[in-house]
Amino acid sequence: MNKRLRWGCKWALSAMIVLTAFAATVEAKTFRWANDGDPTTMDPHARGDVFVSSFDFNMYEGLVRRDRDLKLEAALATEWANVNPTTWRFKLRHGVTFHDGSPLTGEDVLFSFQRAIAPGSDLAAQMSAVKEVKKIDDDTVDFITDGPAPILPNYLANVAIMSKAWCEAHNTQRAATLKDEESYATRNANGTGPFMLKDRQPMVRTVLVKNPNWWHLKDQPIDIDEVVFSRVENPATRVAALLSGDLDMIYNVPPQDIEHVEKNPAVKVWQIPELRTMFLGMDQSRDELLESNVKGKNPFKDKRVRRAFYQAIDEDAIVSKVMRGFAHKTALMVGPGVNGYDATLEKRFPYDPATAKKLLAEAGYPDGFEVGFDCPNDRYVNDEAICQAVVAMLAKIGVKTNLLAQTKAKYFTKINAPGYQTSFYMLGWTPTPLDALHMLSNLTQTRSADFRVGPWNEGGYSNPDLDELIGKIAVELDSEKRNELISQALTIVRDDFAYVPLHQQIVVWATRANVELAPLGTNDFQLRYVKLK
Amino acid sequence: MLAFIIQRLFQSVLVMLTVALIAFALFNYVGDPINNMVGQDTTQADRERLRQDLGLNAPFVVQFARFVGHAVQGNFGLSYQQARPVGQIILEKMPATLELSFMAAFLALLLGVPMGIYTGLHRSSWGSQALLAISLVGVSLPTFLIGILLILIFAVLLGWLPSFGRGAVVHIGWWTTGFLTAEGWRAIILPAITLALFQMTLIMRLVRAEMIEVLRTDYIKFARARGLSNRAVNFGHALKNTLVPVITITGLQLGSIIAFAVITETVFQWPGMGLMFIQAVSFADIPVMAAYLVLVGFFFVIINLKSPPPARCLRVPCRGRGGHGSPTAICGGAFAARR
Repeated sequence: MNKRLRWGCKWALSAMIVLTAFAATVEAKTFRWANDGDPTTMDPHARGDVFVSSFDFNMYEGLVRRDRDLKLEAALATEWANVNPTTWRFKLRHGVTFHDGSPLTGEDVLFSFQRAIAPGSDLAAQMSAVKEVKKIDDDTVDFITDGPAPILPNYLANVAIMSKAWCEAHNTQRAATLKDEESYATRNANGTGPFMLKDRQPMVRTVLVKNPNWWHLKDQPIDIDEVVFSRVENPATRVAALLSGDLDMIYNVPPQDIEHVEKNPAVKVWQIPELRTMFLGMDQSRDELLESNVKGKNPFKDKRVRRAFYQAIDEDAIVSKVMRGFAHKTALMVGPGVNGYDATLEKRFPYDPATAKKLLAEAGYPDGFEVGFDCPNDRYVNDEAICQAVVAMLAKIGVKTNLLAQTKAKYFTKINAPGYQTSFYMLGWTPTPLDALHMLSNLTQTRSADFRVGPWNEGGYSNPDLDELIGKIAVELDSEKRNELISQALTIVRDDFAYVPLHQQIVVWATRANVELAPLGTNDFQLRYVKLK
Repeated sequence: MLAFIIQRLFQSVLVMLTVALIAFALFNYVGDPINNMVGQDTTQADRERLRQDLGLNAPFVVQFARFVGHAVQGNFGLSYQQARPVGQIILEKMPATLELSFMAAFLALLLGVPMGIYTGLHRSSWGSQALLAISLVGVSLPTFLIGILLILIFAVLLGWLPSFGRGAVVHIGWWTTGFLTAEGWRAIILPAITLALFQMTLIMRLVRAEMIEVLRTDYIKFARARGLSNRAVNFGHALKNTLVPVITITGLQLGSIIAFAVITETVFQWPGMGLMFIQAVSFADIPVMAAYLVLVGFFFVIINLKSPPPARCLRVPCRGRGGHGSPTAICGGAFAARR
């Protein structure tokens, strides 16, 4: 080793020692975590994507928010109520400031609402019930709706309040449409939330720091000073980084690694029942199926055929074999945690291939038939494997399914509006406002020609009685009465075999053993609940 | 020479246009990006408007012409995924890929050439057999497996090196470098080895084969007959002749190192262009994919454009040696026989 090299090494070594000493004295609590996705924009209105908005809501807040049990609680509004059936009145919290120090006012709320429904925002559809927003005085804002809107506050939890002055100063009064230049809000943030944006390297690293002026800090102290988020897509690398201590938390853990991660004493595994329901759907609207050997008629129009499909599926086997136990089987199209879920209805029709075969024979298909089957292969946990299991199970009652499992970008293009080019498919659904109405109106209400009603009812299921009931649920303000109506609607959907519900998947997060957090079934990760021991 | 360069440049433009055309034809198969860009509640009308805004409804030819027209002006549009200019994204990612690729190429040369010489000179020694056997691993194991194995050993079990990322970087103008921080050096070790392994094996085997062949020539026999030392013959005469194809191949391989960095970058979450491309594919982010493919095409073109000169320079000293008594004709003959 020559002299200069030796000198260089010494120098580097002493620099490292000084640096470590420095790091030790500051003793800032840094929480490092990773996910396979990136919060692609810091603009809370630009993307309706669950991960992006979940991330951005550590910096931004809405008028209301979800607590660790997913109940609505006061955030920037302290109270809210219907002053008449079509008006929701929100009282704003005093003494809230944005990260840049400016105070929150009613003007900001009005501005944010306008921004959230303007082109470029992805939240407009969630706000479609609102006709007008009015400022009554400095602390009071009224939301006036077309008709009674019982779950408007649920939706408002997704609308972040931004600073009008800040957006105007940086010329970002609208979320970026892709026709424009890059918007300032894409890589900068100025919210009221518990964390502030410190550094943003898109797709690589995002650093947040604790907001020392957060309004709720007294009641809910924040344990961590700094948060470093890295995007790590390769699941094996993500797991390795957690095990080696480079990361404090990862989500999601791939199913095949759970067992092996669990055995490590330095690591803790969190099992979280997700609110998403997985199900199979069937084309019940066309007079002849697009992909089938049955010509001149549509077998799925016959309830007995739909029932046969239902009873041919051995959901217990799917849960234990395909999902390795990480799922709850379900009889309903909404799971526990969604408002309107009724445990008394949770009775699956039994797995019974013999009955299924008999039902098919009664319907005129004693030898079964052939049908195409659409499935994504990169959207849900084990999606393709579930579909393969379904293919095998249906083969036992003589139905030959031609599985087409493809990437979500292609899958959704095929099965979604306007074409609905599918005969039989698998899909998952999480109601955005965590209310059963959202599932009912999206998946079971009769499709309208302009795709506003029942847009995700890919199979075109239609039942006038149910439509009427959904209409009532949409405007019923009495929550007890409303839940009663929802139970009736869920019963109709179940007994009509409109869909074949499969399960709610359990997602798995993993942390170092010293981490405490609030696992939520919405895949929403709120950093304010994180504690490092 | 000028005519040669102009001809090459013309070919280059053709190559890149072809790459862009093929890339565009392929984009019809990646699916519709709209679904990745909006939430489940976005109405059909809004989806349609977005599709219209992005020009996705236009026929293939129009989309392609629009892309080429903008690309000529250096404008690759906005990324669907990040809503930021593609050119800016690529400039951000390029330093990471180039540093990794050059590091890997450097490692491959640094280790591959001596190993090749050694195995060429001591063909049947125990050491050569061992190196050759180990190098088989380098060619036969897939890159992602080697990467994961290295992570398992050096990050998880030993805890010496970071498992992912590029560590701390220093900004020098628009360039970012990891070579100025200890963390950056620690981070580049595993991915550089992973990426270098295949090239190292290739170079080693190439040098070995060339050495063996050159050592057989009359030229070397004459050199020995003149009573030159082993060292002078092996390194002064034999190695120098060996290096011509090695330099050419290494130069050409640099293109594939950059292109194949995709897998290494994915395994180590190395924030370079390869990872960017994979992310773009899974999102159906057409502007990013198109720009990347054209850029890689451009790299290959540049490398092929530049490759011959250094190789030519190397031949000169060989001929120059003629003055010292080694017969030039034989030297040239050796080339003729091998090329």
